[in-house]
Amino acid sequence: MTALLPTVLGAGAGTSYDVQAVRADFPVLGREVGGRPLVYLDNASSSHKPRQVLDAERTFVESHYSNVHRGVHTLSQEATDAYEAARDTVAAFLGAADPHEVVFTKNATEAYNLVAYSFGNARAGSRFALGPGDEVCVTEMEHHSNLVPWQMLCERTGATLRWIPLTDEGRLDLSDLDALVNERTKVLAFVHVSNILGTATPVETLVARARQVGAFVLLDGAQSAPHQVVDVQALGVDFFVATGHKMLAPSGIGVLWGRRELLDAMPPFMGGGSMIELVQMGGSTYAPAPERFEAGTPVISQAVALAAACDYLQEIGLDRITAHEQLLTGRLLEGLRGLDGVRVIGPDSLTSRGSAVSFAIEGVHPHDVGQSLDELGIAVRVGHHCAAPVCRRYGVPATTRASSYLYNTEGEIDALLEGITTVQRFWR
Amino acid sequence: MSTPASTESMYQEIILDHYRHPHHKGLRDPYDVEVHHVNPTCGDEVTLRVSVADGVVRDVSYDGQGCSISQASTSVMTDLVIGRQVEQALQTSEAFLALMQSRGTLDPDEDVLEDGIAFAGVSRYPARVKCALLGWMAWKDATAQALDTMDESTTTGGAA
Repeated sequence: MTALLPTVLGAGAGTSYDVQAVRADFPVLGREVGGRPLVYLDNASSSHKPRQVLDAERTFVESHYSNVHRGVHTLSQEATDAYEAARDTVAAFLGAADPHEVVFTKNATEAYNLVAYSFGNARAGSRFALGPGDEVCVTEMEHHSNLVPWQMLCERTGATLRWIPLTDEGRLDLSDLDALVNERTKVLAFVHVSNILGTATPVETLVARARQVGAFVLLDGAQSAPHQVVDVQALGVDFFVATGHKMLAPSGIGVLWGRRELLDAMPPFMGGGSMIELVQMGGSTYAPAPERFEAGTPVISQAVALAAACDYLQEIGLDRITAHEQLLTGRLLEGLRGLDGVRVIGPDSLTSRGSAVSFAIEGVHPHDVGQSLDELGIAVRVGHHCAAPVCRRYGVPATTRASSYLYNTEGEIDALLEGITTVQRFWR
Repeated sequence: MSTPASTESMYQEIILDHYRHPHHKGLRDPYDVEVHHVNPTCGDEVTLRVSVADGVVRDVSYDGQGCSISQASTSVMTDLVIGRQVEQALQTSEAFLALMQSRGTLDPDEDVLEDGIAFAGVSRYPARVKCALLGWMAWKDATAQALDTMDESTTTGGAA
């Protein structure tokens, strides 16, 4: 479908990255805020959507929409085909061996909860069951969505939660890894790229340790899948989670990838229509994955839109997007280094990091920073970024976070840096 | 600041003054009740103590961390309640709440809200209204607890 091709390809693949051509695909980037051009640097929170994604969703809803996996009429079949084609696309995007390994959820949060509740539903003696003496290990920089469900699971089952601490530089402190991930560890759940610090974690090291002790591994890819090539098989994990709205798709669609052998054996999370095999008044049996975990009418048009977003990202090329973001992140880190009274919270170099950069401005509360920048048309995120323990770890109540994506420009980074000095002058 | 007027109207000089030089800040004795309130969306915190006697707010002391709006609003609140009848202070708190929920449509009464009128502009920024109410809600909570405790001790005393 040529309509889906990003405009940037008009310049020809392999040529230099044409950010203006990318921007032309995103209608919102043309608007003003407070009389100034919008500078959108809140992508780690949520990204904008290109016309190609909006068009794909609109076309589907206007011409092919119906409920899926029910009924025999034409629209029902077309909608089912589109929904399942979306699953194929997402599976290929993540490097999955089999589309049946992709479960559509409403967001990333539901995906973590799905795994945690499924394990919690396992009968005693099952390889998924947890109890007193068992352990779950996370890291100190998890988003609340990959922390609280595990805390709740431990509370329900009597298992113990452990966490890998952070170094002053915002990296994982692996000095006690062998003690923290041990033969009692049932699950190691950790973030691929931190939403607050930008840190990319050493997946290989952690997976290797988990394999030594037989722990299941869940990787939170909410901040990696939108920005870099992901190959779930090469990563060697058991579960991988992503969310649509951070990768150019609408909100309301998330993805859980899991090894088929595991998904087919895990107990269901939610019960309802679509997830069953045989229902009798005395009890039911369950469909295999992914239907087993998609109870009720699923998020249909959002799944179609997510597939269009995957196509869009791949047409541009995830490697080229990563390289563009590294350019912007490097420029931002260098600029922040040159400002007095500004402290980066997280890795200060481009080594193993994503594009989210958190910082603190001495003497100015992040809320005031964010409000003042908004007056300049600059959108950043302020707060604890759903990672409150990280703020506590670095002794700040909150941070200001700028996070760039494929459509941001060097000029926008400069506008932010200039905005920070304006903020400093006002609050001095 | 060379920014558009909206910032200037939200960050009134009065707010900035209270932020830079907060009134009645610091935790003091004696007190009847101490509460700790947080704004979970931004991590702002306030620890606040009240001392109530004979229906009068004897003292309100506090410590906390937060943005200019939450800190300045708490400072203004102490000016408006300390030394007042509890009933009158609660009415003032209702007036401030109404102002903050007005989305910029209320014309505040300076006789009632004094420096609090500076927050009229903040009410146009729904994301910041919680900041402006943090200290007030903590005070209301602490005062209600203090009054409850007094009722209980009065009841107990009466029964004895």
